[in-house]
Amino acid sequence: MASTSKDHVAENEEALNEKVATDLEPGACLESILNPTDSFEEFASEISTSLEDRKTSLTIKSSTISEIQNEIGDSSKESSLRETKSSDNLQAKNESMSASASNSNLLEENEEESDEKDDYLQSPELVNKEKHVFILSSAGKPIYSRYGNEDKLAGLCGVIQALVSVVEEPNQDILRSINTKDCKAVFLVKGPLILVTVSKSNESETQLVLQLTYAFNQIVSVLTLTQLNRIFEQRRNYDLRRLLSGAERLIDHLFIFMEKDPAFLLGAVRCLPLPEKARENITQAITSTCNKIRDLVFAIMIAGNQLITLVRMKKYTLHPSDIHLLFNLVRSSESFKTAESWTPICLPKFDATGFLHGHVSYISEDCQACLLLLTVQRDAFFPLSQAKHTIAEKLRRSNCLVAINDALNRNKELPTTNPLKHIGIPEIRHFMYKCKSTAQLFTSDPISLDRLQDYRLRHKEGGDITVKKIEKLSDIDYVRNYRQFCNQIHCISTPAKLIFRSNSHDTVLAWVTNGFELYVTFDPLMEKDHAIRAVDRLLHWIKKEEQRIFIMNAPTF
Amino acid sequence: MAVQGWHQTPLPSVATKLLTKSLLLPGVGKTSLVVRYIGKMFSKHISPTIGASFFTCNINLDDARIKLQVWDTAGQERFRSMAPMYYRNANAALLVYDITSANSFASIKGWVKELQNNVPEPMILSLVGNKSDLEDNRAVTQSEAVQYAASIGAAYCETSALHDQGIDQVFLNTATELLNLSSSSLVASLRSYDSTDYDEKLPIGIPSEEKATHTGKIELPAWTGDVKHGELQRSMCC
Repeated sequence: MASTSKDHVAENEEALNEKVATDLEPGACLESILNPTDSFEEFASEISTSLEDRKTSLTIKSSTISEIQNEIGDSSKESSLRETKSSDNLQAKNESMSASASNSNLLEENEEESDEKDDYLQSPELVNKEKHVFILSSAGKPIYSRYGNEDKLAGLCGVIQALVSVVEEPNQDILRSINTKDCKAVFLVKGPLILVTVSKSNESETQLVLQLTYAFNQIVSVLTLTQLNRIFEQRRNYDLRRLLSGAERLIDHLFIFMEKDPAFLLGAVRCLPLPEKARENITQAITSTCNKIRDLVFAIMIAGNQLITLVRMKKYTLHPSDIHLLFNLVRSSESFKTAESWTPICLPKFDATGFLHGHVSYISEDCQACLLLLTVQRDAFFPLSQAKHTIAEKLRRSNCLVAINDALNRNKELPTTNPLKHIGIPEIRHFMYKCKSTAQLFTSDPISLDRLQDYRLRHKEGGDITVKKIEKLSDIDYVRNYRQFCNQIHCISTPAKLIFRSNSHDTVLAWVTNGFELYVTFDPLMEKDHAIRAVDRLLHWIKKEEQRIFIMNAPTF
Repeated sequence: MAVQGWHQTPLPSVATKLLTKSLLLPGVGKTSLVVRYIGKMFSKHISPTIGASFFTCNINLDDARIKLQVWDTAGQERFRSMAPMYYRNANAALLVYDITSANSFASIKGWVKELQNNVPEPMILSLVGNKSDLEDNRAVTQSEAVQYAASIGAAYCETSALHDQGIDQVFLNTATELLNLSSSSLVASLRSYDSTDYDEKLPIGIPSEEKATHTGKIELPAWTGDVKHGELQRSMCC
């Protein structure tokens, strides 16, 4: 029933390109706060690396954090003294690791009860899940399982480890995936860890590898790569759960986000739509308060998985995947809501070798925007705490809190709350746009906080595969549907530029240019030239609203 | 985990600031305890603390106001090496364990050693057995705890964050002790805080918690801060 008509559309693309004869694609600006990305670059690097390359790729390059510390140190001798101290990370505590032997007994005991274990694999906790994730050490010790109790999965982890090493050792080869009729098992060996997902979803192998890479980065974000490598160099048998305790939920939430938030699919960041003036005021409040704090690297304000503003130290930008990890951290940690927090955070793309120290707090009780001030200085809590209060006061006085709340509560009067209404093309059901050069995205129906919460609750209860009757499709459903198009467009061997597919449910147009990616769902029976005209109008609307829906500058301290 | 607080007592004439910190283990209920005390509420859904959270509260004792600045630290092992940052310059520590977990009680001893070895100045210790509502699952007897508390010169309390029992007492005791400590003027760090009340940014007369959280400057000396802080401290002392 699907009639793919790529060939016919080839000539139409030129027509499309002509029509969008603007200087820059919507959302583009000269300087970006984010590293422009192709969401599939990670995969490209994963896939190209041979076993040898893979090992070298994890060896540590120069540390950005110490670079910053040196820079600051150059101009103030006294503080450099302390900075040398500040670089001693959590890793300093190695002795405590050696005391960990006691925990490992647990697993050994379990192995004796192998009958029981076989039964466990059939237990309702584990069967009929859409996507399993297992993380284990290269020695085969369980570290994380998305469902069930990883203690009871020691046997399964042994099997996974055996599979990986059977392929690896004699042939110097890599086990990438196993496909069965309705199920994909995808493997990623990274550093001392083996990550595996067993999925019945419609995500491609590429997308699954990306998700596993995110999970790896999440672990690095908690421990740093240096510490992770060192632990396993010293004790190959180490039970990493000791150090990750409390962080499992970060991985749980990360997978839920990745399954529904298009930001992960596109490797882009969603911004909270705000009037240009309001965003300017917010940025101004941050820069004017923080420009004297020398060791501050990033000041980031976010709300509901959307970026409000990002002010950075000159020369340094953030990778979208690092921002995603920050989103995940903030969304998964209720404890940030009760008080100001001071926490070590490693941003793997920025510098996987060390921690930044983050002052994390919500702006006020009546505004659910969260401010993260990231510094290289581990003693900086109090100056940053004071800066936060100054910023909050400034925002309140300039009415920015109201603007943020309006956007968060999706005030009906804002054109960005229901963009489809404003664009006025009834055939468009949903769209998703990514500006490549700034790595930012916009969708027609951003998931509101409450619905996200619902989704999470539902998900927590099951994660089971269910055939549910859908009455009204949500953003999540559309995005799920875009996965396959996204995959075709980013296919490494034969990438598509434009896809037009029509079936009895809907018509989908996916289009990638040098500047943007666009995915649109129309009513079924939409004709091509009609669709192209609609897309043209859509792009004009995005261009018109770009100042509101994207961050169009790249402020520094 | 370590909870750390500063106490400030702006009496009409005497103003002192004290620092408290407490050490706790994961899952024993440190955050619930603090949130119960300061936020007057209990939530079953408190997620593990990441790093450390910072709270302030004011306690009125007779005619002195004591400002407590409390670090609620994460109990997980990976945060353990951060602990010195929080107990350095603290004037008091709440050592919280879970009465249903002998393990949590045992690890208190390690923390006490660490404090004794690393904190040169007198520090008020309170041993707090939390989750007293789970009497049925008790794993640490009261006499055992009392005995240990006495051996380290600590006060002992049992609390229930769930039922809000004993918590006020813990903080009140700590505040009283801090007041005594400051009047005995043995502790350099306490005395050094006297002057901070002259800092204009410190709203001495205003008891509200919100205002209190603004007074980050007060603690700066505790962090052997950078040049700026040093100057600030000097100017205040003069």
